[in-house]
Amino acid sequence: MKRALIPLAIFLLVVGFLFKGLFLNPREVPSPLVGKPTPQFSLPRLDNPETVFSPKEMLGKVWMLNAWASWCPACIEEHPVLVSLAKTGLVPLVGLDYKDTRQDAQRWLDEGGNPYTVTVMDVDGRVGIDYGVYGVPETYVIDKAGVIAYKQIGPVTVEALRDTIIPLVKRLQAQ
Amino acid sequence: MKSLLFFRIILALFLMQSVMVFAQEAQSLQSNAAVEAQVQRLSKELRCLVCQNQTIADSHAGLAEDLKLEIREMATKGMTDQAIVDYLVARYGDFVRYRPPLKLSTVLLWLGPFALLLAGGIGLFLMLRRRQKIMVDTPLSADEARKVRELLNKES
Repeated sequence: MKRALIPLAIFLLVVGFLFKGLFLNPREVPSPLVGKPTPQFSLPRLDNPETVFSPKEMLGKVWMLNAWASWCPACIEEHPVLVSLAKTGLVPLVGLDYKDTRQDAQRWLDEGGNPYTVTVMDVDGRVGIDYGVYGVPETYVIDKAGVIAYKQIGPVTVEALRDTIIPLVKRLQAQ
Repeated sequence: MKSLLFFRIILALFLMQSVMVFAQEAQSLQSNAAVEAQVQRLSKELRCLVCQNQTIADSHAGLAEDLKLEIREMATKGMTDQAIVDYLVARYGDFVRYRPPLKLSTVLLWLGPFALLLAGGIGLFLMLRRRQKIMVDTPLSADEARKVRELLNKES
């Protein structure tokens, strides 16, 4: 009788693994950049191509870098959430406009509202590669020392803000 | 008649496509052959994170094209395979490699199949040994042996 239970036990083990697998998101690849300093860059701003922005300017502040694009469908869903976050004035949000054109990006911000303190243009996606961006939107929370504390893959949702990002930002700001 | 026209259009499209493919390949052969070989070798080892089950050599996703370009530039600068792979792993993690390194977190991945094979082998061995004990040889009686011989002879 006991022997008959062995295949059943193996079956249940496999079911357990598969069941867990149902709730994993294969697109969420853990970023090796969490805990590392932000890759440096110097990119032209969207509002004024003559001036450049570099993450060094944000040292001493907790801030968020959001990679987005006007061609990105998931960004449509994310944008109002970012706009409402910006309205609270809790944390400065820098936009990394990934592989986009100036014209499309400007139209996007004009239509949907502009949650960003600064938006920079990463036209050829090189800075995106440095940040390990493989699909927009992606968002980084960066601490006062310029170290990446968290990476959100996919759109920032109301739940993600409430449960993860805002508590984290407040904790980092208190440091 | 109509189907012939259709066939011709399809054929024309096919031919056009092959021309376009050639045009692209010719462009990438600008640099020297050693660099190109390195790019080819590396892009078969690296995963496209957008499409996940394709190498960046196979993928035509924007990111894969960008990464190929990046790899080509690094190769042109004379960076070794290892240095280029390290550069990408630092940004995208081990997942970007099709052959993940042997680490504590990947031990199951590397050794799991061998462990399963071993477990199966032991199971088979034990089962066969037990069977051997249960099954006892029963020799044929003289009468049975004669019947068998008869039957065999009849067949032939």
